[in-house]
Amino acid sequence: MAGTGEGKKEEADYKRLHSFPLIRHTDMPEEMRVETMELCVTACEKFATNNESAAKMIKESMDKKFGSSWHVVIGEGFGFEVTHEVKNLLYMFFGGSLAVCVWKCS
Amino acid sequence: MSVRDTNVRAHARKGSNVQKTPGVKSTKAANKEKISSVCDETDVTDEEKTVEMGGGRIKGLVKPPDQLKLTDIEKKEKITKVLTTHNPNAPNNIARWSFKDRCFKPCVVDHTMHIFELEVNLVYKNSEEGRKEMLKQGLHEDDATVDTGAESDKEKTETSATPVEDGGEVEEAGEEDRPDSAASKTDKKEPKIANVFACSRATQTLDNPPREISCQIEPLPRSSFSASANQWEIYDAYVEELQKQEKNKEKQKAVPSEKDDKSQKKMVLMEAQEADFKKVKKEAKSLERMVNQNIYDKIVQDFAYYEDPADEFRFPKATLLPLWKFKYDQAKKLSVTALCWNDKCPDLFGVGMGSYDFCKQGSGMLLFYTYKNCSFPEYIYPTSSGVLCLDIHKQRTYLVAVGLYDGCVAVYNLKKEGKEPIYKSTAKTGKHTAPVWQVCWQNDDMDNNHNFYSVSSDGRVVSWTLVRNELVFTDIIQLPLIGADPEEPELAQMHLIPCGTSMDFHKQIDYLFLVGTQEGKIYECKTYSSKILETYEAHHMTVDTVKWNYFHPKVFISCSSDWTIKIWDYTINTPVLTFDLKEPVGDVAWAPYSSTVFAAVTTDGNVHVFDLNINKYEALCQQLVVDKKKTKLTHIEFNPTHPIIIVGDDRGNVNSFKLSPNLRLKPKGKDGPEVEAAKMETLLALLRKPE
Repeated sequence: MAGTGEGKKEEADYKRLHSFPLIRHTDMPEEMRVETMELCVTACEKFATNNESAAKMIKESMDKKFGSSWHVVIGEGFGFEVTHEVKNLLYMFFGGSLAVCVWKCS
Repeated sequence: MSVRDTNVRAHARKGSNVQKTPGVKSTKAANKEKISSVCDETDVTDEEKTVEMGGGRIKGLVKPPDQLKLTDIEKKEKITKVLTTHNPNAPNNIARWSFKDRCFKPCVVDHTMHIFELEVNLVYKNSEEGRKEMLKQGLHEDDATVDTGAESDKEKTETSATPVEDGGEVEEAGEEDRPDSAASKTDKKEPKIANVFACSRATQTLDNPPREISCQIEPLPRSSFSASANQWEIYDAYVEELQKQEKNKEKQKAVPSEKDDKSQKKMVLMEAQEADFKKVKKEAKSLERMVNQNIYDKIVQDFAYYEDPADEFRFPKATLLPLWKFKYDQAKKLSVTALCWNDKCPDLFGVGMGSYDFCKQGSGMLLFYTYKNCSFPEYIYPTSSGVLCLDIHKQRTYLVAVGLYDGCVAVYNLKKEGKEPIYKSTAKTGKHTAPVWQVCWQNDDMDNNHNFYSVSSDGRVVSWTLVRNELVFTDIIQLPLIGADPEEPELAQMHLIPCGTSMDFHKQIDYLFLVGTQEGKIYECKTYSSKILETYEAHHMTVDTVKWNYFHPKVFISCSSDWTIKIWDYTINTPVLTFDLKEPVGDVAWAPYSSTVFAAVTTDGNVHVFDLNINKYEALCQQLVVDKKKTKLTHIEFNPTHPIIIVGDDRGNVNSFKLSPNLRLKPKGKDGPEVEAAKMETLLALLRKPE
């Protein structure tokens, strides 16, 4: 019982500590990167339970801001190989369990 | 005349009225060329009638109702009327200047007068013009008149005939109007008759042939990226990031000190020479010392071995043997304000450079010389304000406390590179508001922090503790206001604030210290209380120095600008001994090897060395040691181990002297501090007796 209690505590700790957005890979310029990251965070927080809506929101906002055509993948586990326009890719983790990949390719 | 001719012709062509006018034919025939508009009324009416006949095509004669009814005879009667072309009303004598002929010329007066004018575009078809017109239209029309301008009329008439022809007609008319149809132009030689009616015209221009232009930009650069995301990868990434952040935090803490080091290093690098020199610093230093050793070999020999043989014969008189002279070019305008030996390296001493002159304050300097190299200072620290005092820590001799004229105290570390002090007091941290006249290191406190005391003209005695990165101050004592003395109110007004000018700690009792003031008083104080234990009315002028004896715990010495040196027993309020040197005394110092020997410098450039054991009233040695007149001696200090004194003057020079054997006499057989103390005690006892 004590072990599970500790486990829970650790889990809570983990969730608290690992809630920040962590950019794994990006080749965007600084300003764009920050904006995109904030957008992703907003979308993931807004649609915490529905990744599809979050992805849709990110895609539409990005299309508006930086021109078409953007692609967004959000999920807890996936693999991908994408071709993207240079300086238009962001791959980040968020909330301890989500991976978000945003790229542009028209 | 020609103008008029054309006029007439124009009339004739346009109006068809001229040709067939039976009534006036005869009369007009004569003047066919000169038809004037001045004519009979009857003629005109006739003409009009014919015109009407022509235009309206009414056959037969129409008589106006008011026509005169004449008989045949009357009709046949010939009435001759002459028409002249002259206008009787026209002026006939106008002359104008002709510029061409350079004379006045009669001006031609126009006699023409237009009564009525009507332009008509009807042409009689049998006339020449009418035929031409018919030809031009190219046609076989039987119409009496051809209306050239009005196409709409023509169309009306012709629509009744054949529609096909009509189409052709229209086409032809269109061709005529087309300006760029060259064919129609060549056919017609006659000038074209203008179309007076407004009607639609169409033109057609050449179409620009369509063209296609295309270009291609380079495709946007693309790259591919692949990764896989799953829970454990995400977890690992977060853990790694957190660890990195922690490391960064640690680094940030460490960064400031690193930066300091870097800036210091930069400072050093700025001086390229020094940078190059650094590599061979050690070698260069030993080389420099070797050279100096060779140059000053004789002095070194004297220092080590020479004992003045004359001393034996002239006892008790003694002499000073000059040894090295220490000079530094950049400090030659400053005066020596402090001297202090390094206890661990007996050849090294510090010199404070500044100025005592209120009007000549500027930057100062802290120098360290060794007599292994008298040509150049071992360490140089420039200061923003003049140095007034310095003290080298007894155990940690790399720590040097300095008091500055601007009230700051600073601590230098000789081990560290750079020219900046490691500690410096600021206005926030209890800086003195007046020059700091004396600093003294004290034993480390209970937390093993180094601390020192300073005394300043602002009347405060402050304890400074070196705690890690800062200098913590504690006010120990505020010297009492002189105003408290009711006997001298005038003096009190002059100097309300007591100015501490010197201090010394008791050699054995570490909390007991003396403070000399500008007013000539000496206070005995304790570090742990703000009470003053004792006040000595010592001098009439500033107490320049006050010093405890090294051996006897009760005895201290003081000197002043009032020409006197006084020796005190701290239990007695009056001096035990007083010496008048006839000159302001700059400094006095006890010898570290004897309880009864002390030396003093006076501003006239003399060094006085006393041994009370030998002579209680006169100096054993009084020697002029300056090269130039007016050079004032400011400070004197005994070397702690060697029989050497150093003397500083107000030109930045420091001279060293060896004491002759007579000044170093010790009681035979016995040695030790107790012996020295006893020697002093006997002396004191001797002095008390007469009282």
